[in-house]
Amino acid sequence: MSSKTNTGTPLIDMRDICISFGGVHAVDHVSVDLYPGEVVGLLGHNGAGKSTLIKILSGAYKMDSGEIYVNGERADIRSPRDARRYNIETIYQTLALADNLDAASNLFLGRELTSPLGLVDDDAMESEARKIMARLNPNFQKFKDPVSALSGGQRQSVAIARAVYFNAQILIMDEPTAALGPHETQMVSELITQLKAEGIGIFLISHDIHDVMELCDRASVMKNGKLVGTVDVADVTDDDLLSMIILGKQPGKAA
Amino acid sequence: MSTGDNYEAAASNSATDVARFDETSSGFVGKIHHALHVTPALVPLIVLLASIIVFGMLLGSKFFSPFALTLILQQVQIVGIVAAAQSLVILTAGIDLSVGAIAVISSVVMGQFTFRYGLPPGLAVACGLGFGTLIGTINGWLVAVMKLPPFIVTLGMWQVVLAANFLYSENETIRSQEIATQAPLLQILGTKFNVGGAIFTLGVIFLLVLVFLLAYVLKHTAWGRHVYAVGDDPDAAELSGVNVKGTIISVYALAGLICAFAGWALIGRIGSVSPTSGQLLNIESITAVVIGGISLFGGRGSILGTFFGALIVGVFTLGLRLAGADAQWTYLLIGLLIIAAVAVDQWIRKVAA
Repeated sequence: MSSKTNTGTPLIDMRDICISFGGVHAVDHVSVDLYPGEVVGLLGHNGAGKSTLIKILSGAYKMDSGEIYVNGERADIRSPRDARRYNIETIYQTLALADNLDAASNLFLGRELTSPLGLVDDDAMESEARKIMARLNPNFQKFKDPVSALSGGQRQSVAIARAVYFNAQILIMDEPTAALGPHETQMVSELITQLKAEGIGIFLISHDIHDVMELCDRASVMKNGKLVGTVDVADVTDDDLLSMIILGKQPGKAA
Repeated sequence: MSTGDNYEAAASNSATDVARFDETSSGFVGKIHHALHVTPALVPLIVLLASIIVFGMLLGSKFFSPFALTLILQQVQIVGIVAAAQSLVILTAGIDLSVGAIAVISSVVMGQFTFRYGLPPGLAVACGLGFGTLIGTINGWLVAVMKLPPFIVTLGMWQVVLAANFLYSENETIRSQEIATQAPLLQILGTKFNVGGAIFTLGVIFLLVLVFLLAYVLKHTAWGRHVYAVGDDPDAAELSGVNVKGTIISVYALAGLICAFAGWALIGRIGSVSPTSGQLLNIESITAVVIGGISLFGGRGSILGTFFGALIVGVFTLGLRLAGADAQWTYLLIGLLIIAAVAVDQWIRKVAA
């Protein structure tokens, strides 16, 4: 099942994950893994459980049962802060920005740069923010404005910058291009390719089959909280993936 | 957003102008809005200066004297200190209805520990400050960990603390003379000194130092930034790695401590330790916060604004009294100011969205 290149220890190994909300099995015995330098797409309808699964990894939800291994070691992730200690960074679909704070404050929220006296170093944070934004979105200028005054694309680039800045080993992207136009979407694609080359493992949640076919090495498809299957993208067609999403069946398996 | 099953169409028809990166020029109104966002204390400062000028012109030197202007500071010192605590809580999108009760019970603890148990006044004051902090911490724990609404938690705590205050003190007032002779430390924040006709008290100095210290801490420490972030959007703050529970508990605890200081200043102001004092501190502190431009929805505003808000109330109160107007005019005008302040806040929110 797993790709020929994926030998050795996976960066992330989520085994038999379950979580339910009020009797609904949002994620039902799902196992996925992720290797260094690999992009794994997570596909499925709205409500299939992909965001929920990924929020368990990022520490936003606590799983009911299952095990998570990071670099082969059992990881105990109970909060977003725990996830960050394992170098797991997340770009949330909702972006998770504090609207009244500016871009640099959001970028460093929870990890402020401080002077020896414990005071936040706004100048340093802004200059770092300028550096990372110059790479991600060279047109970005509104460093002093609250992020509520930014456009959807600008907000998205702040959220992406925050995930990329802190040397993540594992990156979770939940619909990273949902609010973006074609040009910015292209920039995100290039970024993913670049990060992949740096050996970072990426979980990419997307609705866009083209994105997945283009960017991902493997794709895991979920339906109704269950894993339909994980396939090497090179071995399947768009239609195969679509039928997995819609019918919940793996290609090649008897109907 | 939903594209149904038609993924391919969704890809080819992606909007072309969802996200442009150009700066939008928004004209004069936009500039005002931006200024208010960056400096939320601007509106109350303008209102404060305007009201001082208007009363100064109407009343002349009777109002516009060092004595009268510093009298305002003395009159608002207790409300100002409590309102600083209230500001912290409201910045986290909470509210603390128990502030007045905490101030009073802390002053009662300071007085009773000194006179009933014979503790050294310094120790008794420390006990009072500790007790205020403890109540605040309980508030914070109930809000952050038990996830109870702040309004309900502090409404209950207000009743509990006030009743405990009357039961414990047995409704007994410790007289000013007794305190002055046996434990002057309790009244120390009432100590007055004269600077060229301007009368300051240590309580006023404490208020000024507190306001500037809190303003500095909120702006220049990670904790301060987290307070704003939590009030702004607790879920986003949590996902960003902010310790939301810890931040909320620390805010309520600090508010309790500040209220206990207000209780100490209260002894200095009225001279005695009275369990029936400070009954209006809740409403007055919320009034100062709202007029000061802090959003009740959390995450926006500044302590300086609250300070100006408290001063505005003080200016109206003294100005109208000196003008010989019925005291009800003060309440009427303050009421209008509250409504106007919230209207301005909503306007900022709308333009921002």
